[in-house]
Amino acid sequence: MTAAAPELVLMEGAAAIGEAAILAGCRFFAGYPMSPFTPLLEHLAHALPAAGGTCINCESEIEGVNMALGAASTGARAATGSCGQGIALMQEAIAEAALNETPMVVFNLARNQQDYFQATRGGGWGDYRTITLAPKDVPEAIEHTQLLFHLSDLHRAPTMLYGDPLLAQTRVGVRLEKLDFGPLPPKDWELDGTRGGTGRSRQVWTWAMGKATDPGPGPDLHWQNIAAKFAAIDEIEQRSESAHCEDAETVVVAFGSAALFVEHVVAELRAEGHRIGWFRPITLWPFPGPALEAATRTARRVLVYELNGGQMIDDVRQYAHDRSAIRFIGGVSIHESGLSYGPLLDAPVIRERILAALPEEDLR
Amino acid sequence: MSARGTLTIDPEKCKGCELCIAACPPDVLTMSTELNSVGYRYPVLHDGCTGCTACSVVCPDFVFDVYRFPRSRT
Amino acid sequence: MTTDSTVERGPVIPTGTAPLGLTPVASTSPLLLGEHSLCPGCGEPVALRILLETLQELGIVQRTIGVVGHGCYGSFVRIMDIDVLQCLHGRAPSCATGIKRMRPDVATFTLQGDGDMVNEGLQEVLHTAARGENVTAILLNNGVFGDTGGQQTATTVVGQRTKTSLEGRDPEIHGNPIPVADLVASLDGVGYVGRGTVGTPGGVLRTKKMIRTAFETQLAGEGFSLVEILTMCPTGWFVTAPQGPDYMASSMEEVYPLGDLRPRTKGTA
Repeated sequence: MTAAAPELVLMEGAAAIGEAAILAGCRFFAGYPMSPFTPLLEHLAHALPAAGGTCINCESEIEGVNMALGAASTGARAATGSCGQGIALMQEAIAEAALNETPMVVFNLARNQQDYFQATRGGGWGDYRTITLAPKDVPEAIEHTQLLFHLSDLHRAPTMLYGDPLLAQTRVGVRLEKLDFGPLPPKDWELDGTRGGTGRSRQVWTWAMGKATDPGPGPDLHWQNIAAKFAAIDEIEQRSESAHCEDAETVVVAFGSAALFVEHVVAELRAEGHRIGWFRPITLWPFPGPALEAATRTARRVLVYELNGGQMIDDVRQYAHDRSAIRFIGGVSIHESGLSYGPLLDAPVIRERILAALPEEDLR
Repeated sequence: MSARGTLTIDPEKCKGCELCIAACPPDVLTMSTELNSVGYRYPVLHDGCTGCTACSVVCPDFVFDVYRFPRSRT
Repeated sequence: MTTDSTVERGPVIPTGTAPLGLTPVASTSPLLLGEHSLCPGCGEPVALRILLETLQELGIVQRTIGVVGHGCYGSFVRIMDIDVLQCLHGRAPSCATGIKRMRPDVATFTLQGDGDMVNEGLQEVLHTAARGENVTAILLNNGVFGDTGGQQTATTVVGQRTKTSLEGRDPEIHGNPIPVADLVASLDGVGYVGRGTVGTPGGVLRTKKMIRTAFETQLAGEGFSLVEILTMCPTGWFVTAPQGPDYMASSMEEVYPLGDLRPRTKGTA
């Protein structure tokens, strides 16, 4: 196509994520309705077949993730999605894909930030991790969606996009630009059905025992290799963003949409003369620990703002330069419908909580 | 009685299930008195095999190959 | 039926080497890469054998993907020379759906036991059938969870003794069996459902024909196909290996009658 940037279009965030998946070459999607993930399924239900792919409104989350696993085992780029309890249902298959090395993207358009543990600790069985990206806005989600398909293929593992209702349901102006993240190894493991009777038929198997005539590493060595793979990914795939931390006495840590609010409030406070900065993990796993440590070196207060009972704070406690400086200024906050954020996700609330954490002499 | 067929039997594959004995229409299989190396008796063939393949059809352990003699043999 | 080896049957014919100049009319499939370690008298390897022979006879060995569930038959993943996905318990029809949608020209089948398909995976098989996915499901039904030591499944028949129904399955206590093949046969989207047995030579050959019909249904795009195969499990049934087929006929076949439950209505009869 031309070198000009794609045109600016107004799109619902979930639809933009769906278009980004199509741009990335996703050709299979299966999902079960659950707010606020549902618009992504609805968009792909018409857009993916139009692009030559398959979208199935399946009969349960468990079916959806296993369909995606099957599709991905043939080498196709495949994805599924849900949120919260629906992601909980998918945990077994996400772990299975990690252990049998099948790439796929899981779109967790969550209801709030209470899925952090589930995303980063996993709920499935075994020594595996799930690369999880938490975009702060729709343009970043478009980039992350394409990056996740790339990382899934690069590392042969399932990955996750952590979104939320603001991301999914807000209509914003976006440019749908196809991104290239570099070369990928060939999928020499994919099942295409052609190896029967050759003595070199393929298997996708968590136990990796191979065939009687061509034994594989077996579960012990295979699972050691998987654990080592994720340890290596930890070293190279951390991503984060921060500002005003070089001389900060206070650093506020937040992820996803909450970080957008924190950025705004911190800019306000900076302009008022406070030595305050913000730090945003972009990868929830691998958590950007060393970057957080560097960003909190001068901080006497590390304020963790997340909309849950305290989940990311566990990772902050591991890496912040001074553990005693950590304070939790977030909290569980749910809209009365149960489906989105409550009153804590609000700039004046964040400002008030930050100021409440500052010592008297810092306040003018 | 002249046999119309014959078998090869691999005693080491057999697990002594005896399904072939029941399946054989001319009833020409009996279980051995000796044991194979893992302790199972295995089928032995007597005269009268018709090459019908019933034994190999029911065998769970792939013990048999079945042959039929050319029809000119009487 | 056992044989008294002291009855005089005449001399033993040597069977250690092949007769010169003859090719066998029946021999072990080249798609079998090794031996299995299943129990004496187990029916599952017989089902595996006729499945592999069918793939060869149809000429589709090099466009086939198998999706194997969890059970004693799970060990077949090592000895089948075809491309295989070993999937989660009960989920094979879902994985097969994903595979078939991405590789529509590849013959895709599932291999599942009754515990896998009718306990854990009842939802998956019913929905895959109703969606009319052009995949073939093979159910190895022995009425027990064999791999875990012989517990009751959703297909255990009333009166059958298992590790979790030691006095025999009692509907008041243990509920009733579920004839999944009949449920599937009632759905639109289904092209063929058959139920066979591997307890007798005739049963094995008729079941092999059912497997062939099922794959032909798939290859013609006529919808979902299912072949339920009653397989002996003498260990799980507390009988001897030679008693397996008779026990199966007198117990399971009464509840699960053999035959075409949903004949193929399109294509050649």
